[in-house]
Amino acid sequence: MVDHSELQVPGYEIPPEMQGQVVITTLDRIYNWGRRSSLWPMMFGLACCAIEMIAVQAPRFDLARFGMEVMRPSPRQSDVMIVAGTVTKKMVPAVVRLYNQMPEPKYVVAMGACASSGGPFKAGYNVVAGIDKFIPVDVYIPGCPPTPEALIYGMMKLQEKIDKQSIRQVRWYQKGPDSVQIPVPILGPDLIDPRRAEELKRIAAAQAQTQEG
Amino acid sequence: MYGKGILKGLSVTLKHFIDTYLDDIAWWGKRYYTPEGIARRSSPQGRGIFTIQYPEERRPLPEEFRYLPFLVYDEGPNGEKEIRCTSCGICTKVCPAQCIWIVRTTDPNTGRPVPQPAEFYIDADLCMNCGFCAEYCPFDAIKMDHDFEVASYGRNVYSLEKLLKPASYYAKIRPLNYAREEEARKAKEASKAAKSA
Amino acid sequence: MATVTAPALDLAARFPQAVRPDTRPGYSGWIVEKDHLLEVATALRDEFGYDLLSSVTGVDYYPDTMEVVYHAYKTTGGPGIVFKVQVPRQDPIEVPSVTPIWAGAEFQEREAWDLLGIRFVGHPDLRRILTWEGFAGHPLRKDWKEPFYEEEAKPYKSRWPDGKFFYAEEKNPFKDNLKFPPDFNPEDWTPDKADALLYASLARYLKSDDELKTDRVIINLGPQHPSTHGVFRAVAVLDGETVVALKPVVGYLHRNHEKIGERNTFLQNMPFTDRLDYFNSMSNNWAYALAVEKLMGIQVPERAEYLRVIMAELSRIQNHLILIGMLLNDLGAYFTPSLYAFEERELILDIFEAASGSRMMCNYHRFGGVVRDIPPEALQKLKGLVYDRLPRKVDEFDRLLTENEILVSRLKGVGKLSAEDAIRYSITGPVLRACGVPYDVRRAEPYGIYDRFDFDVAVRYNGDVYDWYLIRLDEIRQSLRILDQAIRQMPEGPVMSTKPQYQVRVPPGEAYGRIEAPKGELGFYVVSNGKPNPWRYHVRAPSFVNITALEKMCVGNKIADFVVILGAIDIVLGELDR
Repeated sequence: MVDHSELQVPGYEIPPEMQGQVVITTLDRIYNWGRRSSLWPMMFGLACCAIEMIAVQAPRFDLARFGMEVMRPSPRQSDVMIVAGTVTKKMVPAVVRLYNQMPEPKYVVAMGACASSGGPFKAGYNVVAGIDKFIPVDVYIPGCPPTPEALIYGMMKLQEKIDKQSIRQVRWYQKGPDSVQIPVPILGPDLIDPRRAEELKRIAAAQAQTQEG
Repeated sequence: MYGKGILKGLSVTLKHFIDTYLDDIAWWGKRYYTPEGIARRSSPQGRGIFTIQYPEERRPLPEEFRYLPFLVYDEGPNGEKEIRCTSCGICTKVCPAQCIWIVRTTDPNTGRPVPQPAEFYIDADLCMNCGFCAEYCPFDAIKMDHDFEVASYGRNVYSLEKLLKPASYYAKIRPLNYAREEEARKAKEASKAAKSA
Repeated sequence: MATVTAPALDLAARFPQAVRPDTRPGYSGWIVEKDHLLEVATALRDEFGYDLLSSVTGVDYYPDTMEVVYHAYKTTGGPGIVFKVQVPRQDPIEVPSVTPIWAGAEFQEREAWDLLGIRFVGHPDLRRILTWEGFAGHPLRKDWKEPFYEEEAKPYKSRWPDGKFFYAEEKNPFKDNLKFPPDFNPEDWTPDKADALLYASLARYLKSDDELKTDRVIINLGPQHPSTHGVFRAVAVLDGETVVALKPVVGYLHRNHEKIGERNTFLQNMPFTDRLDYFNSMSNNWAYALAVEKLMGIQVPERAEYLRVIMAELSRIQNHLILIGMLLNDLGAYFTPSLYAFEERELILDIFEAASGSRMMCNYHRFGGVVRDIPPEALQKLKGLVYDRLPRKVDEFDRLLTENEILVSRLKGVGKLSAEDAIRYSITGPVLRACGVPYDVRRAEPYGIYDRFDFDVAVRYNGDVYDWYLIRLDEIRQSLRILDQAIRQMPEGPVMSTKPQYQVRVPPGEAYGRIEAPKGELGFYVVSNGKPNPWRYHVRAPSFVNITALEKMCVGNKIADFVVILGAIDIVLGELDR
């Protein structure tokens, strides 16, 4: 059932005889309402947090109440990527590739400490210190793992964010490429971010110099 | 008979379906949005719909539930914050993720350390919610919070202002622990007074 | 209880030149000469009956010695044997591979090569396993430092008393978790050969010798695939739809537990063990506590022993329920069984949460007991679950699934493994028992108070996936039996035998603590040198060792059955990749 109160935008006079029969809203509102109520997450789990993500889909918490129950195994059909768990250097090329394959509009939720900044495993040699180093993150949920309610709260925060977007400004209706494409990192002696290749080269050269000197 | 197993299985799902309505009727009007309804659904006797409709309904959290740490302060007579933390550093030493940073206050005149934290940081994006800091704190100054609604649009590094919460809040979320600790503290004070007397 | 095993036999008398007892204080077992390793190992397996190789791992005794440690057991039960090979710590470090004797050593030796740089001569496929081909260095060596290296051991001095907050990135020259050799140039650098080596190892399967000369194809499943239960990748060579060869590629969730574990203090490792097999943090805690308690030589109070059993068995029940639910998901029975399973799991997690504070990452065990007693309401709920609800629900699962014709025809005869093969590949846990080997650590070498309970070791004899499924139901029923007895017998009393302290004193030595985790034998090999942090902290993860035989199970089956087999082995990536 449509919750009319959510759509009603104040500022327009509705004649008394028409009240309850018409809803006046802006295009932005209805556009965002439609999008926020049918966010399809990608069926994509990395580690411990993925289990809580499944628990959110399970009967106790039932994310279907938010229109988010359709977990899509294919990135082509999903709107939101819940990065649930530790992103390792070995895995990050795959994560970035999946992000590139998602069509706009696309959102990223960093669920849990590990996805936000590496978490307790940050010190590890094979762990990416936060997925936001590679892909833009919309909502961060601290916790290890966030309880299912905390994840739902995070998704509500994402809905709030969507509510504030305007159809005139969203990037996928602007000129330019259809969706954000991120260069896929490469596994070398360590993880190489192609965007930083020049910088890495410079620092490594400086490092060599200090060792000689 | 071929297909018997499938029919048997289907009868199980049908039973689940009917149970929902039976329980709805048996608990007419009390099943949703009431504490007893939630308790019933989460009990071994519960049948039928299992969902707790967060955020309208909330799962009662057990007292020991832990999420992120916070710092307890006692409210002084004039409303000033008496921070319990003495910046002894045990929480930073026991923290497995090493996500706690403390700058100890030093007296500007003598240069001696003062038992007060000057700065206190917890990187919530590193914290693994293990509860060691609260468990080993000798002053009951750092405790694990029940507040899980902490999602944000940026990284989360909590400073002293954000971490401080009153003892009354602590007493509310962990009444049994609070009572036990207060009792122990009073007993200690009494024995101290007896000694000095 | 200070050592792993009392030497059950005099190996030195049997091999006077090749074997000498390990006499370092706190250590036990035997040191075998490198050149005689295969001879001694063959004798151990064939003459002395140590047919199950549990764990192979290396220890870096920087700066002189590199040691390979083997733990072997008899499937008939009883204490095991530990033997070691010591080699000088100079590259190339070479040790003969024991894969011809125990095939289950294959992945574990690859791991030792990857992380410690020990070359196993005679290994069929010695590639890196957890990191990638081309990775610089062997990270578990003591002189290898990770990019965010701060100090040799926690707690770090930068946190207190002058703990100005900083991001670890700021201290690294590359401003990130990165480490490159000096003068590294990404443009000159040629991409890694990781997959080239893997495909090269599969190339011999690509030639078909049948008359039709059909093409064989390589397909990749994962690392992001809905059926692989996480970030697991398998590369299969197919002839039509039949699997000809299959190589698991793991390490996508390699979170460096062991390197971090060596930096941590003993206590700080406890919450990290939660994140190994994240379904069963209670069991993981126990295995680790067991290993350290052995080293410390402390006892656990009665009530804590019972609480440990209760929590471990609850954990087993929810693990098996989820396994069945997820297996059915993989079979295409979307989502009814798994949602039913999750309902029961939630109720069990409520008890964990009430007792420990967290649903999944319980962090409940301490050295010398458990952190706190179970609250009375939770105990009440537990009784309701064990006496009433769970038995009913297990029967319901049984009715829902066991006779289902589709399920039966998908599972019967798939992934068949003989008892001999299962033992050879070091498989443990329900899969081994479903192959007809009644081996359960709870009976074979009882730990805790399992010798007091009356329960049967569930065993099935066909060794196919249908039996792997059935044995899970059997085990849930047995766990309920144990729980019933444990709840009735549990005495009142303290739950900790020592004063809670954050810095425990652990005397030097080695210990191997193992338990029957829901997925198989979970072992922690801990070496202490008397300092506050362990010198070596190794996890013998059942998921990791069990997939050694994945290829064996899949070859000859259809590719669709791979999904079923993988689902039924019950892997969890946190533990597989560590």
